[in-house]
Amino acid sequence: MSKISDLKTVMDRIKDGNVIMIGGFLAVGTPEGFVDAIVEKGTRNLTVIGNDTGFLDKGIGKLVVSKQIKKAIVSHVGTNAETGRQMNAKEMDVELVPQGTLAERIRAGGGGLGGILTPTGVGTIAEEGKQKMIINNKEYVLELPIRAEIALIKAYKADKKGNLVFRATSRNFNPLMAMAADYVAVEAENIVEVGEIDPDEVMMPGVFVDAIVLAKQPAIDEVKGGA
Amino acid sequence: MNSREIIARRVGQEFKNGNLVNLGIGMPTMVANYVPEGVEVTFQSENGIVGMGPVPPKGQEDPDISNAGGQPVTILPGGAYFDSCFSFMVIRGGRLDITVLGGLQVDEKGNLANWMVPGKIVPGMGGAMDLTVGAKKVIIAMEHCAKDGSPKILKKCTLPLTAKEEVDLIVTEKAVIQVTKEGFLLKELGPGVTVDEVKKATGAELIVSPELKEMEI
Repeated sequence: MSKISDLKTVMDRIKDGNVIMIGGFLAVGTPEGFVDAIVEKGTRNLTVIGNDTGFLDKGIGKLVVSKQIKKAIVSHVGTNAETGRQMNAKEMDVELVPQGTLAERIRAGGGGLGGILTPTGVGTIAEEGKQKMIINNKEYVLELPIRAEIALIKAYKADKKGNLVFRATSRNFNPLMAMAADYVAVEAENIVEVGEIDPDEVMMPGVFVDAIVLAKQPAIDEVKGGA
Repeated sequence: MNSREIIARRVGQEFKNGNLVNLGIGMPTMVANYVPEGVEVTFQSENGIVGMGPVPPKGQEDPDISNAGGQPVTILPGGAYFDSCFSFMVIRGGRLDITVLGGLQVDEKGNLANWMVPGKIVPGMGGAMDLTVGAKKVIIAMEHCAKDGSPKILKKCTLPLTAKEEVDLIVTEKAVIQVTKEGFLLKELGPGVTVDEVKKATGAELIVSPELKEMEI
């Protein structure tokens, strides 16, 4: 069954108050078409989970500027002054999570685990309010899984079954988020027929994917002059 | 030579052949330009790349290839890309030999504060908490004092910590200081800098190494 969809179908799924994961790392690998469509739709009170809040005009940052985020769960907000402003003005709640912990919490959410134990954050405010355990004489913090209602991710290539290939450092959180949400929509730069991606080259099996939308912006091959 | 160049040059001398190294955003990134001749290191960046190469010439940037600061970079032959979980398995799993990070404060226990100033600026920790806990050696590359002249090398950090007792070495334009069980060990002085100058600019006791020397940079 083909999972090819369109922007409107994906946007119809997104409601006020949803918890949404958005892939990317400082806007590299962020599905900008989906982000733009949420801005246009005007959905509000979102909880957004991502690596960072991007920039004013790129990545998740656009949803900050348009004041659609109630809470952001991210590792870094330093590249977006508006996040800092809304955080200080208490207009938006920001939960800062160490980046490696964020990745593992998402993986745990996707993989049906009850949490993960990490040495990261021991002795800092990142451990506050969390259970700690000593294992083999070393201290660990128990970090709980995260899941979302919707994951919006970006891929370089998708076949019609949703098997995905990512490109370079745009992979980052995308495959992890694809495992940790009830509904997973992919913005793909290229869509190919089933069988065109060698099973050994698949980075994310299509079983995790619900909908594929062709990216609006030019595919990377065009940016690079057909290289 | 300006302060930043002194620091970057001196940090580069810590690299050993075959090391896997992660450079933080800002001044630490400069260290890539000062890897000593004959030493081959591999750079990792937490956004999911090992074998990271230099910044590409203008016009040849690839929007999908960046470092953890979001700047365009390149990948060298033999390099690889991976997802964020995998990236932090490299970091936390003990594969990373050295991390070089900037600092706001370091204290004599090896505590580091570099991710927020309450009420002023809260950029977030990004990967810094994982890097400090995971890397075999944590080097802090920073100017010796804050912009207002106040010391950043202290008896006890006052800002929220990034990591507890993880710092191994501090490199500033004035000194190379090792964190030891006994306290800060002053090992090297910056060009033309005296022990008294370092002591005045430091907010903690310093043990002067019997082998104290000037940086050879």
